[in-house]
Amino acid sequence: MAKYIVKRVAMGIFSVFIVATLTFFIMNLVPGGPFVAEKSISKAAQQALAEKYGLDKPLGVQYLNYMNSLIHGDMGLSLKQRGRTVNQIIFSKLPVSARTAGLAVVVALCVGIPLGCLSAYNRGKWADNLIIVFATCGIAIPSFISSVVLLYTFGMNLKLLPTVGLNEPAAYIMPVTALAIYPTAYITRLMRSSLLDVMGQDYMRTARAKGVSSVKILFKHALRNAILPVITYVGPMLAGLMTGSFVVEKIFSIPGLGRDFVSAITNRDYMMIMGTTILLATLVIVANVVVDILYKIIDPRIKLK
Amino acid sequence: MSEKILEIKDERLSFFTPAGEVKALNGVSFSMNQGDVLGIVGESGSGKSVTAYSIMGLTAYPGRLVGGTVWFNGHQIDKMTEKEFRKIRGNEVSIIFQDPMTSLNPVYTIGNQIVEVILLHTKKTKQEAWARARELLELVGINEPDRRLKQYPHELSGGMRQRVMIAIALACEPKLLIADEPTTALDVTIQAQILELMNDLRHKLGMSIIMITHDLGVVAQMCEKIAVMYAGHIVEYGTTDEIFYNPQHEYTKGLINSIPKLNAEEKERLVPIEGQPVDLLNPPAGCPFAPRCKSCMKVCLNKMPPRTELSDTHYTYCWLRQKEEFEKGGKA
Amino acid sequence: MENLKKNPLSLQLNVEDFAPASNDEKKSLVVMRESVNFWKDGMRRLRKNKIAMVSLVVILLIAFMAYVLPSLWPYSYEQQIKGSNNLAPFEYSAAEQKLIDQGESVFPHILGTDRMGRDFAVRVMMGTRVSLSVGLLASVLVLLIGATYGAISAFAGGWIDNIMMRITDILYTIPDILLIILLAMAIKEPLESLATKPGFGWMQKLGPNMVSIFIIFALLYWVGMARIVRSQVLTLKESEYVTAARALGASGGRIIKKHLLTNCMGTLIVTTTLQIPSSIFTESYLSFLGLGVAAPMPSLGSLATDAVKGMNTYPVLLIAPALMISIMILVFNLFGDGLRDAFDPKLKS
Repeated sequence: MAKYIVKRVAMGIFSVFIVATLTFFIMNLVPGGPFVAEKSISKAAQQALAEKYGLDKPLGVQYLNYMNSLIHGDMGLSLKQRGRTVNQIIFSKLPVSARTAGLAVVVALCVGIPLGCLSAYNRGKWADNLIIVFATCGIAIPSFISSVVLLYTFGMNLKLLPTVGLNEPAAYIMPVTALAIYPTAYITRLMRSSLLDVMGQDYMRTARAKGVSSVKILFKHALRNAILPVITYVGPMLAGLMTGSFVVEKIFSIPGLGRDFVSAITNRDYMMIMGTTILLATLVIVANVVVDILYKIIDPRIKLK
Repeated sequence: MSEKILEIKDERLSFFTPAGEVKALNGVSFSMNQGDVLGIVGESGSGKSVTAYSIMGLTAYPGRLVGGTVWFNGHQIDKMTEKEFRKIRGNEVSIIFQDPMTSLNPVYTIGNQIVEVILLHTKKTKQEAWARARELLELVGINEPDRRLKQYPHELSGGMRQRVMIAIALACEPKLLIADEPTTALDVTIQAQILELMNDLRHKLGMSIIMITHDLGVVAQMCEKIAVMYAGHIVEYGTTDEIFYNPQHEYTKGLINSIPKLNAEEKERLVPIEGQPVDLLNPPAGCPFAPRCKSCMKVCLNKMPPRTELSDTHYTYCWLRQKEEFEKGGKA
Repeated sequence: MENLKKNPLSLQLNVEDFAPASNDEKKSLVVMRESVNFWKDGMRRLRKNKIAMVSLVVILLIAFMAYVLPSLWPYSYEQQIKGSNNLAPFEYSAAEQKLIDQGESVFPHILGTDRMGRDFAVRVMMGTRVSLSVGLLASVLVLLIGATYGAISAFAGGWIDNIMMRITDILYTIPDILLIILLAMAIKEPLESLATKPGFGWMQKLGPNMVSIFIIFALLYWVGMARIVRSQVLTLKESEYVTAARALGASGGRIIKKHLLTNCMGTLIVTTTLQIPSSIFTESYLSFLGLGVAAPMPSLGSLATDAVKGMNTYPVLLIAPALMISIMILVFNLFGDGLRDAFDPKLKS
């Protein structure tokens, strides 16, 4: 087990390294530098700034310098939010994003799994059809559309919920809902088909033949097997939530990391782009490793390679 | 004469599929006494397993009993609710399935799965149940039972898993054990071991066994009585000797001709039964075997043959036997 | 006669009944179901699936609307009609009203106009065309790259396979949206300058942004397809019927054509179809962030983005493209599910 974890972590670190390298070079492909847009600054001042941040050096040297400080946990100074390090910005913004995304994960799991079970257990009946219709529609609605529709109806027209920021608990409702719709619908479908598949397995027949009650069959025999695909989905789900959070944070004016990432790209804030990319990639990769280990714990058949 | 443990009368069961009603059982009747070993033989789809599953209330959706009565150990099965079934399943009647590779839950240990059934049907404490599980593993001939109890199904071989399935089935000392092709998925040598084990346990525990198989060798080795099924009918029923040495239905004859014989002449060929099984969506009005029968007569095509009693224990449903009686009658 | 009494049934029998039956008579009893091949069987199942068929009809309608209708429409998507800014659906500007009063017929603005006085209905149609093209073409690219990569990996086996699969493993763990956004930024301008050079006029026509989106999708989304194809080919390579075919002396080409292709095809079609909605999804998302297909060519995502600011006053401008995106993703998903049920025997329940 320990050996496996070490191996997975090593591979994870390697993936992060690849992401960092790719990002670094792709980013430098983007035409225009961070200071070009600022017309108020003279050529000489631009030169000085570039020197200060080490941008005048050849790309290879820049890369090595960056990687070196990254290993020491330093992600550099933001080129645009002067005087603040990327670490500072990330640590002030991350909790905001994490709270919204975390709530969305909880909602997706707590709603999706029971709905999927309900649907599978009532296969072909109206409850199943209703759930399937909702789940299929949920998958078809991108989060920016659901955000905008929610904002328009509940925020602007009915004026029930706050539209900007996260200053009160009620403010979480709309962004979290908008973020959670897609993963909830996806988990519902996944859970349904996986449970249906498990219900057709021979060992379920064995459990019935033993005289186990249907409730216990569901919770003991079926769920543990059927939940496996849902667990594998957690990694991609996090990545998807991240995607969603970029636009949701933009629409609801939430001061989170997603908004910073998008503006960092348009501003060519190299350090910020690198920092957020590496952080988000690490999050997803860590989630994938955790999922792999969790999978192994739930399903003893999975061999540790 | 010992106590009657199972009595099935004119059992009819259909699967209501979108394509129509599939008549899986069309009037099956037989009975068993305590300690009997009955073999049910027939090809795939002949209704062997469906018959057995219905005794345990395990008929899969969309199947439904549409007629007849089934008595088992004092319970009228055809009137029982799911809750009542749960009390007898794994307790008074248990089952071993065909494929031991898929019949055990992959995410629980062997011990967990044996203990589950013991705790369900007896008042044993957890500790007693684990002790009993260990005892059961020894009974079915598994070495190192303490270690095995903690292992997962995927860590055991197929034969070993089938022994575990048998241990689960025997945990509460059932009156009737249904073995649904228990050896089909196993290697030949393992097959022999499993059959030997079942024979052994039967003598030790005195339970009745229904052996479902399409392997006539298995039946000959294990069973005292044989029911031959075809398209949801029992076409012939008799003792093992009667079926093997005096088969009366053309289908039974075909089955027996298709077994290789050790003492056969070199050039003697195996005779396959030509043709396809009937479509149970639209079963023919007459004898279901008629389209494949070499001796098919006009009457076979549109009338179901009546029962012909050949001895106290032997009967068949075939017009040829009726013809013989008719001719005998005609002469008399 | 005693025997007859025992069997009352036989009283109704005649000697002729015991005459042997002819083969034809026997055959008449056997209703053989028509043996169908994989494709016919799949098509039959697909035709029976009402939801899939309705989805297909909707897809065809959308395609008609996207590719044919704009050329028949009296307005073009770039045409700015003077004085017709921000009209509500079916509203006419003062100038148009005058024309109508003079007895001329003016084609109504079904969805109104945007703030630059462009007919919104035709813009939504063009947006649909862009989104649909992106979805279709990106999926074909993903299919080509993924299937080739997966098949090579599976057939090569050994260390080549190992390395190729490690590459996909790493790409798989990288959250693709980050790279998509970066790539979208990075190749936008180089492509734009490339498009102005001679010989790349087609790019100008298509829009450099659209080309960049194809490149990005093709670069990143093939991973899933490659994995599916590889595992399919591997299982098929090992499967008993292929061994049997080989043992019977079938040639390599025949095995690939008859067995591998037939068996992979279902999965390929299904995966490609399901790739379409996810490409549409990502494109609209990128457009929303301002990285997708840019002006003057509207995509549904950019139409929606433009409308967000004024959504309180002109909700139609937002609702129409948003609804269109959702419907497109929905019908392609439903149709893909139908295809899977019909053609992917392994996933069939």
